[in-house]
Amino acid sequence: MDNMFKPRIIAFCCNWCSYAGADLAGVSRFQYPPNARIIRVMCSGRVEPRFVFRAFEKGADGVIVTGCHIGDCHYISGNKKAEERMKLVRYLIGILGLEEDRFRLEWISASEGQKFAHVMTAFINKIKELGPNPMFGKIEEGTECQQ
Amino acid sequence: MSTEQEQPRIGVSVCHCGTNIGGFLDVPAVAEYVKTLPYVIYSEHNLYTCADDGLTSIKNAIKEHDLNRIIVASCTPRTHAPLFQYTCESAGLNPYLFEFVNIREQCSWVHMKEKEEATLKAKDLIRMGVARANLLEPQTEKRVDVISKALVIGGGVAGMSASLSLADQGFQIYLIEKEEELGGMVRKYYKLTPSNIDALEFIDNMVNKIKIRENIKIYKSSIVKDVRGYIGNFKVTIEGKSNENLEVGTIILATGAQEFKPNGFYEYGQDERIVTTIELENKMRIKELDGVINVIMIQCVGSREERIPYCSRICCMTAIKNAIYLKKEFDISVNILHNEIRVYGDYYEALYRKAQEIGVHFNKFGENDKPKVLKENGTLNVEIFNEGLGRIEKYPADLIVVSTPMVNISDAESLSKMLKVPLGQDRFFFEAHVKLRPLDFATDGIFLCGAAHAPATIPEVITQGYGAASRAAIPLASGYVQVEAITSHVEEAKCRGCGRCVEVCEYKALELAELENGRRVSRTNEVLCKGCGTCVATCCNGAISMMHYTSEQINAMIDAALSEKVGGGIVG
Repeated sequence: MDNMFKPRIIAFCCNWCSYAGADLAGVSRFQYPPNARIIRVMCSGRVEPRFVFRAFEKGADGVIVTGCHIGDCHYISGNKKAEERMKLVRYLIGILGLEEDRFRLEWISASEGQKFAHVMTAFINKIKELGPNPMFGKIEEGTECQQ
Repeated sequence: MSTEQEQPRIGVSVCHCGTNIGGFLDVPAVAEYVKTLPYVIYSEHNLYTCADDGLTSIKNAIKEHDLNRIIVASCTPRTHAPLFQYTCESAGLNPYLFEFVNIREQCSWVHMKEKEEATLKAKDLIRMGVARANLLEPQTEKRVDVISKALVIGGGVAGMSASLSLADQGFQIYLIEKEEELGGMVRKYYKLTPSNIDALEFIDNMVNKIKIRENIKIYKSSIVKDVRGYIGNFKVTIEGKSNENLEVGTIILATGAQEFKPNGFYEYGQDERIVTTIELENKMRIKELDGVINVIMIQCVGSREERIPYCSRICCMTAIKNAIYLKKEFDISVNILHNEIRVYGDYYEALYRKAQEIGVHFNKFGENDKPKVLKENGTLNVEIFNEGLGRIEKYPADLIVVSTPMVNISDAESLSKMLKVPLGQDRFFFEAHVKLRPLDFATDGIFLCGAAHAPATIPEVITQGYGAASRAAIPLASGYVQVEAITSHVEEAKCRGCGRCVEVCEYKALELAELENGRRVSRTNEVLCKGCGTCVATCCNGAISMMHYTSEQINAMIDAALSEKVGGGIVG
């Protein structure tokens, strides 16, 4: 694998658990590779499958969605809804011709700074292994998912 | 300030945070890069943006450069967003036109040995922030007035405690009881421990306190027929001797529980010598125990098995209490057959010991080896495999008391639908959070106490009653509820009325409404919406948007993150 490959990762973090976990990773100075770009959403249940597809379409090499552990959702069960939805997303990106491992769903609590750093490191390493998004640039203009 | 149709004029302040950020990435280079981004009019970098001079600098920049969006790239919104939002507001800018970019916790502190890459990442993150800021819209936080009256459903110990507490705080209370008298389940008991007080005397004490309150209106033999509205503004229809419509701000559910009738267990209902605990309490009250020499109590009848898997918590203590009264007041011998005695705390443990000391028998049977009731020549015998002795034993009984669990009231299901509050797996009412919000429902403005939640002792029920009252009093006392600005909004033209959003909303904030032309559409009740956005992600038609976290804003962030190969991609 090309050592110069620097994956571009989009990470969706829920405000109440995993974004706070990411903050704790920082406060604790747990280091991880600088490839992820975090987008804060209120709940993992907010993440539309469209966001994930859009990220891949625009060239992301990996997408990760993180939320509160099951049973701890700030909005009671938003993460359960996310879980159901993201299972389908993973399946669909496989159909689209992408490796399913380019997408990941993880539960990270506000107290799991170490886990946040571990998950990010592992995910980024996995994407490095998989190489660049093979679909990037191959989708014709104007075919993006319309509302 | 209106920003509609106004071109974004963005100001960005990049913070060094001493050396926390500045020591690990090239802040001046970042601030310089930011100037190249669309709609960015002004960019600066400060040693500490959150210090007085940093905040003043933001305020001045808003005025001098006529800025209508502010971005601070520094620490985390979780701690510092309110401060910067307040700063914007004090300079006349709507606080929702502020965007936070986290370049400390999520950048400089986690990439401390990669200055170049961290600097590129910070640029990416700010570019994403700018993309979102372009699409931000001003929001207003609405307030909704609260009717400072409360409805308490259920006139047992829990409901009466809650009513008294709220009445003491000066609020008008409507107390609904479906039976002819207040008192609930405790009215059916004989004597109570701790205190040894007669149950009726205990209830009458409470009832008398309630009766003299001018601000508690009691509706006996009445039930709740319909509930509409939301926190602060519930409209409740009562059906009873007279039908009435009430308007209240909060509701406390204190409907209690009922004793499980063990039909099909041990010929209960066919032989009148087999009774439940509450039937025994009544026999003790009316002294109908003539000729009874041996009483056998069988614990956990119907509970802690498949159908009712939970421990009903109060039956062991109740059985021990009754055994002591039977022994002391009626000189009856008592044998308690159990699968394990569950008493807790100092008092009940001492009560258990006292029962043993005065000669109440305790015999343990196995979980899968339940006692058998044998009828021989008209006499009742109970046979168990005694685990302690390791052999089958047979005890004669003149009266068999089956200790059955408490179960939720029969109309729990309909109440649950009416109030839009859930039932748990055990079919009792289900709180918002098992640890953090034990007396709240997820639905705002409705609270829970007493055995409607789970079987509990009288002191526990009173504690919960007071607790629920104090929770319910918060909106009543403040007179208003602050509504989240971040709520969902349904675009009716796009909605097909499928109701999937209604299904996924835990807060019952969405409801299907019928338009004049008969078409069904979903609508958000902003007062109930918590802004999680699950409905938005669920909608197949893209008909729902989330204020302040619109799909367009998130899409713009995704696009911006990937628009340049500044931070990543194949370099070189």
